[in-house]
Amino acid sequence: MALFRLKFNRSKYLLLLFLPALVYYILFKYVPMFGILISFKDYNPFKGIWHSDLVGLKYYEMFFHSPDFPKLLKNTVLLGVYKVVFGFPAPIILALLLNEVRKGIVKRLVQSISYLPHFISNVVVVSMMFLFLSPTSGLVNHVVEWMGYSSINFMQNENYFRTLYILSEIWQHIGWETIIYLAALSAIDPQLYEAATVDGASRWHQLRHVTLPGIMPAIVILFILNIGHVLDIGFEKVLLMLNPSIYSTADVLSTYVFRTGIQAMNYSYGTAIDLFTSVVNLLFILTANWISRKTSETSLW
Amino acid sequence: MKPKFGLFDVILYVVLFAVAASALYPFIYMIAVSISGTVPVLKGEVFFWPKEFNLNTYAAVFDNPEIGRAYVNTIIYTALGTAISLIVSAAGAYSLSKRDMLFRNGFMVMVVITLFFSGGMIPTFLVVKSYHLIDTIWAMVLPGAVSTWNLIVMRTFFSGMPQEVEESGKIDGLTDIGIFFRLVLPLSKAILATIGLFYGVAIWNNFFSALLYLRDADLFPLQVIVRNMVLQGSGGANGAGNIGGDSMIVDEALKYATIIVTTVPILLIYPFLQKYFAKGALIGSVKG
Repeated sequence: MALFRLKFNRSKYLLLLFLPALVYYILFKYVPMFGILISFKDYNPFKGIWHSDLVGLKYYEMFFHSPDFPKLLKNTVLLGVYKVVFGFPAPIILALLLNEVRKGIVKRLVQSISYLPHFISNVVVVSMMFLFLSPTSGLVNHVVEWMGYSSINFMQNENYFRTLYILSEIWQHIGWETIIYLAALSAIDPQLYEAATVDGASRWHQLRHVTLPGIMPAIVILFILNIGHVLDIGFEKVLLMLNPSIYSTADVLSTYVFRTGIQAMNYSYGTAIDLFTSVVNLLFILTANWISRKTSETSLW
Repeated sequence: MKPKFGLFDVILYVVLFAVAASALYPFIYMIAVSISGTVPVLKGEVFFWPKEFNLNTYAAVFDNPEIGRAYVNTIIYTALGTAISLIVSAAGAYSLSKRDMLFRNGFMVMVVITLFFSGGMIPTFLVVKSYHLIDTIWAMVLPGAVSTWNLIVMRTFFSGMPQEVEESGKIDGLTDIGIFFRLVLPLSKAILATIGLFYGVAIWNNFFSALLYLRDADLFPLQVIVRNMVLQGSGGANGAGNIGGDSMIVDEALKYATIIVTTVPILLIYPFLQKYFAKGALIGSVKG
């Protein structure tokens, strides 16, 4: 007890500095976690979270039996998987290409320019997509018509949604995501390259046997983090792109939660879907981390 | 020995040029259309250089009271939110960087858990509502005030600060709070600028909070106005509209002008600060 008093006394000012952050985390992160309880209750705004009636798994059963469930799960998983398959390697490839550039100024210039879209808001990005892809006045359809085809209503056609979403994601984030890989690349010992050159290794061989192994730990860590967000599709952007004519491919779990949960005020039902998403994400990240620790000794923890 | 410039290098430069062009061209195009005359825009003749230069669209954008109010709102949210986020994160990160703080490991676990698990959209919404923050400025700045990634980046930075700073402060009789404000913060300008800009850009671009927590149109930030104008097309019919006097304005050009006006602060600070951004993101990549 005396030791505790001493430690407390010594760190009381540090604790005071931490207090605002602590209050924030409790009020806006941990209280909502307890709010998940309402997914097992019939939430009644007048009774509040604690006093609403318990209904067990009613809302989970309702969701799993709902006709929307297979479609939503498929859309969400497909979008997430495509994002990992196409979006994850893109910055690695760009970083490797930048690493091959011998003129420092070209490298820096391309880097600086390619970061730019990362800082543009989703509202603006989706607005640009609607305007550029507009069937009447859009730049892209001018080109399509010029090539002799009739113009395409990209944003209203469910077959284009996934491609457009993934392409715009890559466009927004490819440059920014190279930063970590470029840092890993610059940490590779130059002597390894010299030794490889002496041994007569071509550029391709150097890439395969020096460069890639050198950045593998960074790739694995980022891959695990990405896997943990497979179902966490960027809500803002999908919602902004969404219109009823493309629901069949574009409606994902989070937009459905927003529509049925917030807008239609089925709070308990929406929270059940939210929790389902969070738990699946958590399972994904735990599994990916476990596999990675067993096989490559690189892991988050 | 200088390696020769081969076919591979040609492909390399072509690909890199394409990447840079695709990032930059959309903005050049939007600016060009927004400052061109009605006729060339309607004919689809503007691709790179503006034709029949004029600023009518921008005059129309600034004449719109909705946009003006939203601009002021966004500036207020960004300034207030960045200040709150930065001070709370920096103080929290600094105390977490001190090994001898009581409960440090417990707090650290508590913070890191939120990276992997959260209450979700609806519980957060209900909680914010129960604090009576709906339709107030605070709804735009408090629910997302601390980003755990940014907090961890700052903690890593503070951990790397030389021990002597703290010791010299202790000798001068400063408490930990005094050391933090008078010694540590002045030495951390680079990281404060970086993280401050992360927060600032995130708040400037935030659409989600406004959608969820604001009903009162007087409080709408720019992003909501842009969404309403461009995506829900309340900006008149297709083609050209007559906006006061005899200056004809193309609807499309007006939308581009709105987008540019919304994005211009970010485009302006960007060239000066992307160096900091890159450095800040790097500090975070150090596992700690």
